[in-house]
Amino acid sequence: MSAPDLLFYLFAGLTLLSALLVVANPFSRNPVTSAMFLVLTMVFLSGLFVLLHAFFLAAVQILVYAGAVMVLFLFVIMLLDVKEEERRRIKAFSLGLGATGVGGLFLLIVISIFKGESGAGGYPRIEGSTFELGRLLFTNYLLPFEIVSVLLLVAMVGAILLSKKDLK
Amino acid sequence: MEVGLNHYLILSSALFCAGLLGVLLRRNLLIIYMGLELMLNAANLALVAFSRFNNNLDGQVMVFFIITVAAAEVAVGLALIVALYRKRQTAHTEDLTSLKF
Repeated sequence: MSAPDLLFYLFAGLTLLSALLVVANPFSRNPVTSAMFLVLTMVFLSGLFVLLHAFFLAAVQILVYAGAVMVLFLFVIMLLDVKEEERRRIKAFSLGLGATGVGGLFLLIVISIFKGESGAGGYPRIEGSTFELGRLLFTNYLLPFEIVSVLLLVAMVGAILLSKKDLK
Repeated sequence: MEVGLNHYLILSSALFCAGLLGVLLRRNLLIIYMGLELMLNAANLALVAFSRFNNNLDGQVMVFFIITVAAAEVAVGLALIVALYRKRQTAHTEDLTSLKF
């Protein structure tokens, strides 16, 4: 087995493990622990992006997700001062129903992956370098790029308005 | 067995299901939000894998836009949670039943 394949299995296992620890941690119910495991998930995912030769996206994943978004999450958790939440019992019925539903969905997706032609053609040779991606972004995708900038402005205004003290 | 597109797709769907499980089963608004982030990241992984194995960069541009939209979504959503917490002193879905019939 070659080194990239070995690294794939390593990163895949670690990603799944930390993702499961985000949603269901048997040792701690503290939201801060979940946020920390979410940071770990993002970091391992960016490792997977590097294995897929998407170097720019790997860097952006670390910068935006593990950096900005998770800092925002931790900031809000600590601002709200969420206590170690008491263990609220989830009804066994809803737990079973949710787990069965999600398990069924997973099975469905896996079956459709194996049945369908996923279109993996030829030897992969693209490199997601900054240069190529930037050129695409400023030619074919110029209009969506500009619209996204407006979206960010709107989100910023909305966040400021929502966190005003005297919300009418 | 050589790692191919299917490996990445299965990992992505497993990650998506983990996020969905969190959204469905947890009662804390912040953790539900983290589940949403997990689901978005699973979609990103699938898109990057498709882009790599089909020799087409468009998928990576799509991931770039998804990351931007997710950042905007997190900013607005967390502001909503803070505003909600200020009014109701709770971040639990079970305590927010004003709209329940």
